[in-house]
Amino acid sequence: MENRLELRNVSKLFGEVHALENIDFRLGQNEVVGLLGDNGAGKSTLIKIITGYYQPTSGEIFFNGQKVDNLTVPKARELGVETVYQERALAELQSLWRNIFLGRELTNKYGFLDVGKMKYETHRLMIQSMGFTSTAVDPDSKVGTFSGGERQGVAIVRALYFDADIIILDEPTMGLSLKETQKLLNFVNGIRKAGKSAVFIDHNIFHVYAVADRVVVIDRGRVAGEFVTKEISLDDLMEKMIHIAETGSFD
Amino acid sequence: MTTIENTSIPPYKDTFSMKKFLRSNGTVLGIFGVFLLLFGIFILSAPGTFLKPMIYYAFMSTIPFFAIMAMPLTILVIAGEIDLSFPSIMAMGMVAFLLTYFQFQSIWLSFVAALLIGLFAGWLNGFIIVRFGIPSMVATIGTQFFWRGAVLVLSQNKNGSLAYAMSSPLQQILVGKLFGVFPMQMIWLIVIAILCWVLLNRTRFGAHVYLIGDNAESAKLMGVNCGKERIRAFMLVGLISAFAGVVASLHVKFFWPSLGDGYLLRTLASVFLGGTSVFGGVGTIFGTFIGAFMIGSIEAATVAVGLTGFWTQLIYGLIIVISVTMHSFLRRRME
Repeated sequence: MENRLELRNVSKLFGEVHALENIDFRLGQNEVVGLLGDNGAGKSTLIKIITGYYQPTSGEIFFNGQKVDNLTVPKARELGVETVYQERALAELQSLWRNIFLGRELTNKYGFLDVGKMKYETHRLMIQSMGFTSTAVDPDSKVGTFSGGERQGVAIVRALYFDADIIILDEPTMGLSLKETQKLLNFVNGIRKAGKSAVFIDHNIFHVYAVADRVVVIDRGRVAGEFVTKEISLDDLMEKMIHIAETGSFD
Repeated sequence: MTTIENTSIPPYKDTFSMKKFLRSNGTVLGIFGVFLLLFGIFILSAPGTFLKPMIYYAFMSTIPFFAIMAMPLTILVIAGEIDLSFPSIMAMGMVAFLLTYFQFQSIWLSFVAALLIGLFAGWLNGFIIVRFGIPSMVATIGTQFFWRGAVLVLSQNKNGSLAYAMSSPLQQILVGKLFGVFPMQMIWLIVIAILCWVLLNRTRFGAHVYLIGDNAESAKLMGVNCGKERIRAFMLVGLISAFAGVVASLHVKFFWPSLGDGYLLRTLASVFLGGTSVFGGVGTIFGTFIGAFMIGSIEAATVAVGLTGFWTQLIYGLIIVISVTMHSFLRRRME
């Protein structure tokens, strides 16, 4: 079966700085890949290339085996990539429904916003997918008043609504309580069960190990190693991570 | 997906509750309250003036000149930008109007030329700001001087009578009197206010304006073309400013190279008085509408109440400071 997503020999230069060097990365159908690496290793750059925010300096991107040139954010979203960013990606002064449909507003046949439908869908999603009770959620409430977990829920619901094939989670557990974190990890497991794929980025090796099928370790802009989580114990993985951080390689 | 529990969803209706209404319209209601209070004071202190329709016709005749521009400016300020060059664009549009008239003797063609130059001036503002990343406050100080300079050079600082436009239907349509009493510029203000409301609240452009003003980074991450939308907002201000320039000039049937001077602060004051946040992301067209009428009525009212004209600025200052403080307070309360 074709990979859902594949990057071949992708590099990204910012001026003189090699943020990414000759990265090969693949994401299978129905697979959760954990991305690990230190601050500044290039994890964020990598996902911003997948989401179309940055264009790679060189290299090729394939979606379901099809080469895609000049990937932009709207194009990536069309191709089924949705991203759950850290909470900074919400517009805090705006209402819940505006945040859910941020950048992909629903319009009627005349091209005007279908506000009623967006509010209804927001209401439905929050109750159905996030388990909010109907009194606690109001599509008109401002996102700035929400807790960390609720905000993350908004970002996740956004990915669900647009029926993403590839869900990218950028440090989704940051600022979450224990209970909210557990809920989030369950959600990531749910992505796999639904036959979709995900890239999960986190500092916390325990979280990544718990949900990922495969772990890709990035260091100084290169892929330093890959492990199938079933084949490596958590202790071994941690030992290897420390080794990479000290020497830049596994051996 | 396993996280989707098959719970039955209670039907959603956009329920109306007083609390919700107050919360989501707090700033608008606040400014409306100040507006009513202000007119209450006017009526009590000068009933002879404020209980007769004449003063209201006068307001409807003069306020639209700057209130028309305050509408697109509200959209721009919500997007987190500002334009200080619109008074010069007003005058530049009229220069294009006159030059085109001398060439072709067509009022309609002149009108179109004025609007086009306004659109271009707006695009130029947006282009400089987006392409070179210059803060809009700085860039539009520059273009404000540039366009005023262009007006002075092209017109040789000469005034011009617009008497020839008197017989044109355009004059009747823009600044005539509906049924012989109702000023047409007021109708245009209402039309432009409604158009701007629709743009802001019922189009993707408007939705993006709110998002860009609130969190431009997030809008960009979600695929909004921030540069394009900001340039559009500047073009809208340019277009409407040129339109307002034509309306104001046809009203007095005369072109002054200083056209637009004196509109800058009262237009901006209308926007901020109406509850639009200078930080972007928040604001309403209705608030600006009310704000413009407060700004526009204070001058006449101070005189009618029996104070000298010298009091006007002091009262402007008081009302603006009180209102803006009130908005800030209400906004914090609602969070």
